[in-house]
Amino acid sequence: MACLGLTACQTTSMNQVMESSGSQVQLRQMQTRTFDTTDHIKTLRTVIATLQDLGFVIDKADHDLGTVSGTKLDGYQLRMTVSVRSKGQTQTLVRANATYNVTPVEDPLPYQQFFTALEKAMFLTAHTESPSNEEAVMNKVSAPTHTDEPAPKPLEVEDKPSIWEEL
Amino acid sequence: MKMVFRSFLIVFALISLVACNQTIPKEALQLSQESFALRQLQTRAFDTSDEKSLLVAGAGVLQDLGFNIDESEINLGVIVASKDRDATEAGQIAGAIFMAVMFGVNTPVDKNQKIRASLITNPINTKQINLRVTLQRIIWNTQGQVSRTESITQPEIYQEFFSKLSKSVFLEANEI
Repeated sequence: MACLGLTACQTTSMNQVMESSGSQVQLRQMQTRTFDTTDHIKTLRTVIATLQDLGFVIDKADHDLGTVSGTKLDGYQLRMTVSVRSKGQTQTLVRANATYNVTPVEDPLPYQQFFTALEKAMFLTAHTESPSNEEAVMNKVSAPTHTDEPAPKPLEVEDKPSIWEEL
Repeated sequence: MKMVFRSFLIVFALISLVACNQTIPKEALQLSQESFALRQLQTRAFDTSDEKSLLVAGAGVLQDLGFNIDESEINLGVIVASKDRDATEAGQIAGAIFMAVMFGVNTPVDKNQKIRASLITNPINTKQINLRVTLQRIIWNTQGQVSRTESITQPEIYQEFFSKLSKSVFLEANEI
């Protein structure tokens, strides 16, 4: 039993320095969305507001670099860094990565939840990165078709949607 | 003896699983009814268009409360502050003394805490600026281990903060 417990752990912790997940393409896709806006300030401010909505305290924000980091404490420690940069002439790319205690988050669901919250606050649809063939499958949850008008999204807070959206 | 050995095995198995296989709770990044209530609690709207002055006043109140400023980004309306304080609680000490006297066990009690605050301003139109404060704390025990990590959600703490801030900016802090 003890041996089994040990084999579940790593042999050398130095590996963690350059450690990355199996598929970088997949990871990047689940962590990235594009928005049809060029307003970086608005995007960063909305990212900050969304992190606050999700219970984070902001650690750092840098307008020039386009990054925001925050930490959520709730019996665990969840750290998130969100970076915002231009994509082409008309779009902004938002990438989020999260660490749960000492483990990188590589499950698509938390990222989907984050971007769902963000797109509501942005009043814009979050586009997934142009998925390449087989990896399109993993983006089935939120690959909305492009529209100029933001599509009405179901709100979790259904009894007070107007106040929620106003803020 | 067999019993002791078995319980040792179970405990070890649990520890090894926890140590190497942590997954994020499903609701960690999910907006909920509670997040809406918290937003109301942590936000006030100020009738001003002067974001910089509001941030300066906010930093002043944080300093009044003994916080040190860790980070600031005026372009995004962000101030991050923290303070290290004593976290000893009389009840815990009494409990630890009881355990020591009755069973001779040394029970760790809470010793230090770091309280973190982020203060964010966000103009909602040309006449009003929303200001939201979020607080959290990490507590370490007498053995130097993190004993608790939590978001601070007590309404009276935020009410007191905004009451101090209103006085400092000479503006009414409107509930949102």
